[in-house]
Amino acid sequence: MTSTSAHATQTVRLCHLYPSLMNIYADRGNISVIARRLQWRGFGLAIDEVGLGDDLAPDAHDLYYLGGGQDRDQNLVAADLITKASVLRGAADNGAAQLYVCGGIQLAGHGYETVDGQYLEGTGVLDLDTVAGDTRLTGDLVIRADLDGDDVTIVGYENHAGRTYLGTAVDPLGRVVSGHGNNGTDRLEGARRDHVIGTYLHGPLLPRNPVVADLLLTWALEHRYGSTELRPLDDTLELSAHAVAIERAGQAR
Amino acid sequence: MRAVAAPLARLAGRLSRLLGRGGGTTLPGVVLLRLDPGAVGRLSNGLEHGTVLISATNGKTTTTRLTVDALAASGFSIATNRAGSNLERGIAASLLDVATGDNLGVFEVDEAALTAVARATNPAVIVLLNLFRDQLDRYGELDTLLGKWKDLLADNARAQFPATLVINADDPNLVSLVTDDHDVVWFSFDDPAHRLAELDHAADASTCRRCAHAIAYRSIYLGHLGDWFCTNCDNARPAVHVRAISYHRDSDGANRYRIESDRSAMDPGSDPTASMADPTAVELVSPLSGVHSGYNIAAAVAVTQAVQRRLGRPVDLTASVAALEATAPAFGRGEQLHIDNVHISLMLAKNPTGVNQNIRTVLGSGAGHGRDLHVLALLNDRTADGQDVSWIWDVDWELLFDRSAQITVAGDRAHELALRLRYGGFDTDRTVIESSAAAALDEAVRSAGAGNTVHVLPTYTALLDLRSVLTQRGHTAAYWDEER
Ligand SMILES: [Zn+2]
Repeated sequence: MTSTSAHATQTVRLCHLYPSLMNIYADRGNISVIARRLQWRGFGLAIDEVGLGDDLAPDAHDLYYLGGGQDRDQNLVAADLITKASVLRGAADNGAAQLYVCGGIQLAGHGYETVDGQYLEGTGVLDLDTVAGDTRLTGDLVIRADLDGDDVTIVGYENHAGRTYLGTAVDPLGRVVSGHGNNGTDRLEGARRDHVIGTYLHGPLLPRNPVVADLLLTWALEHRYGSTELRPLDDTLELSAHAVAIERAGQAR
Repeated sequence: MRAVAAPLARLAGRLSRLLGRGGGTTLPGVVLLRLDPGAVGRLSNGLEHGTVLISATNGKTTTTRLTVDALAASGFSIATNRAGSNLERGIAASLLDVATGDNLGVFEVDEAALTAVARATNPAVIVLLNLFRDQLDRYGELDTLLGKWKDLLADNARAQFPATLVINADDPNLVSLVTDDHDVVWFSFDDPAHRLAELDHAADASTCRRCAHAIAYRSIYLGHLGDWFCTNCDNARPAVHVRAISYHRDSDGANRYRIESDRSAMDPGSDPTASMADPTAVELVSPLSGVHSGYNIAAAVAVTQAVQRRLGRPVDLTASVAALEATAPAFGRGEQLHIDNVHISLMLAKNPTGVNQNIRTVLGSGAGHGRDLHVLALLNDRTADGQDVSWIWDVDWELLFDRSAQITVAGDRAHELALRLRYGGFDTDRTVIESSAAAALDEAVRSAGAGNTVHVLPTYTALLDLRSVLTQRGHTAAYWDEER
């Protein structure tokens, strides 16, 4: 599927990885935020949906997205994603924006060790490792993050069995204010390097965290066109939903 | 302790009602299971013909009501449970209320509770309608539930008296649970007039459970349900014994269904794989609307066949069908009421597939063009609703946009819902956010105006909130007390 805006002078090229398999936590919501926030500012968006067995051309995209899936689907995807690993690593090195959510962050690391001891190799875009735990880490998740100088709160929901541990070549996306985060012990959440973000925050992530959405769009436009200034949008509703989510996270229900 | 467990548990229920702690439906069950953990098995042994257990993500409450009515018409005296009391403790409480002479139990069972309840009751029939992604924070992944059901059915096939299964042939995931060891009555929906153009975004079966290649469809009817086949191996929708072959909603609101069934499948010892060897079709008019109701009605007819096969006791198809025509919607499941001259339609919103189906039902009403629809959506995020509200982003709200004069939103996460509509492309000036269920109901009724319908899509606890508003105002149907 490709959608473009005929009048747009500048167009972001989005690669949506395995949309029919890795979509369990309404990842579609993240895609619609990317699309609308570009459209409202007069930019175009071309979406390539890349699935099992599809070729992934190098340097063809400014923004990559990989969401989460069920274990069974994630196993199918892991085997295929390996064939695309060098393109994804190259894109990260060249400053393309990448967002990995939930199962996505696990597959973007070095690998994932499942409960039955199987090891799924990841792409190695992010220096991290994941081991399956015997319980799921589930609930509201609120973190504080330094996004290129801005101290922000990011809010969402987490539901994962994997325990993720960061290596030295990545930073955490943020520190856990409430919830479990990467592994429930070190109070770190997500991972960052260059213009790549990995996180367990779904909900989906972008609708109620527009600052993260705009950071990714800035990176994507910079990747294609050099420096970009994004016009501010009226985010009253987004910030209301953000505030409600933080308030609900502090309440038993 | 066993001897006094049941009387003590009944006493707890009466005390709970006296103290005003709700209808006292589950407390007796909790007390009973604490005093006598084997109580469900022991009490259900008193039912001469055993139990029929009905489970699914969507439709189990309605299908249980349909099945109870259909089998009662054939002379069974039936014990059943109330909507929502579908965990082991709820079924235990229902068994405490079994009347003298009851000879069959028909129970809706929560998906995650099915294994425990089936192991305790040694069911005659197990009915599986569908599995959709639903409240992932409560139930976990679909595959986790499927795995539990697979183990349950495998064990049951080896039991001394294995159950006859009634299974939706249109759900590829459910078909994967069945082996040659099982006795199955298959049902399906098969009216090409209701084909969907493409799979919903929330579809839960895209690869074959045998060979992992892509699943394709000749017809998709609801979520991932339809006439499916594997693009690589010979895995495909099995031949069925009961199918809803047409559904039509007349302009006067009558829902007409045509159900075809195979008479030969009802005989004990007949070959269940010889599908439609002796077909017979019946027409029925029902207050239940939508393709999902077609599935539920076909399932109920299939259960009557399974009961006849399993128990060797004749079921009167004509009487059963007449009874099915009288089955009214369960609480909040397509239920209709009036506030002054405004028509209110309540459709519980549980998960993306269910809401998509409700949206299609809404689109089938009204003038059919222009901005003729008024929708009230209420989103709560409490335990019974699912705390994770991600799922609303998978609902195809866009289908409503052209036809909606206004969408009123309320509930704990009203802003999130408004955001979903905004990013879907709905005008923000046609979205009204209200701070309470009462205010939202008033606003939606005002915006619809006399003679029109407000289509209400509430999550479970929002439906309860709405019910207390309606009860305070004297608008509730009398049976709501009993449904509590
Ligand atoms: Zn296959």
